[in-house]
Amino acid sequence: MKWALVAVIAAATTAAELMQSHAMKHHGEIRDFRPGALGGVLARLVRNRWVLASVALLAVSFCAFLALLSEADLSFAVPATALSYVLETVFAKYLLKERVSPRRGLGAALVAVGVFLVAL
Amino acid sequence: MRKPSARLRFKTRVLTAVVVAANVLGNVFLSLGLKNRIVHVSPAAFLEVLFNPWITLGVALLILWLLSRMALLSWADLSYVLPVTSIGYVLTVVFGRVFLFEDVSWWRWLGVLLITAGVALVGATPLRTVRRRMRQGGSR
Repeated sequence: MKWALVAVIAAATTAAELMQSHAMKHHGEIRDFRPGALGGVLARLVRNRWVLASVALLAVSFCAFLALLSEADLSFAVPATALSYVLETVFAKYLLKERVSPRRGLGAALVAVGVFLVAL
Repeated sequence: MRKPSARLRFKTRVLTAVVVAANVLGNVFLSLGLKNRIVHVSPAAFLEVLFNPWITLGVALLILWLLSRMALLSWADLSYVLPVTSIGYVLTVVFGRVFLFEDVSWWRWLGVLLITAGVALVGATPLRTVRRRMRQGGSR
């Protein structure tokens, strides 16, 4: 049951975060942090279908995460959700066309191995 | 690509700190509210859980986490934001140990070390490697 929940969390999180990054790249850099301007950004984003889909998937992931926390330690639950980690870096390169330099790739790999060890 | 301006680096640091703090504290509060409690997968059970003040606080912080991370993603790569904000895992383990008295094995501490090294490496790479649309003018 623990690992089934981890699988649901990983899949939903990966899809959600790719969609979110895609939407925010399309939106462009937020430069004005005054409350009114941020409200305007929020108003635009809640009508963006990528953002809506991503929030729906995050809700799925969150409910699965609550269920996982009720039967596992926090220091198991949180790192285990990071299975999505490797997937997201690969998809960021090929779907979002980000440049994953050797240094970034090595750093991401160290983080992934570290997260795996933390989940043991 | 030009080096990011000091202003961009500054707002990236501030927002990264907000993202990480909201995530770590949010998870700690959720865990406090849910510890040793079985959540049945039913709407009523989730509603009942939501009335727990720890859970409410945890959810509020996770909403802050979501919004601040979306702002960060508006100018930084996903493949930058993900590794860099993973320092949150390190803090989560430390918090779990210190405040929730969870056992942390030798392997987990080694993982903590690797994550920290990875974050340092990725933190030294450019914030963004793809062009994105501009809003409100200004130079890149």
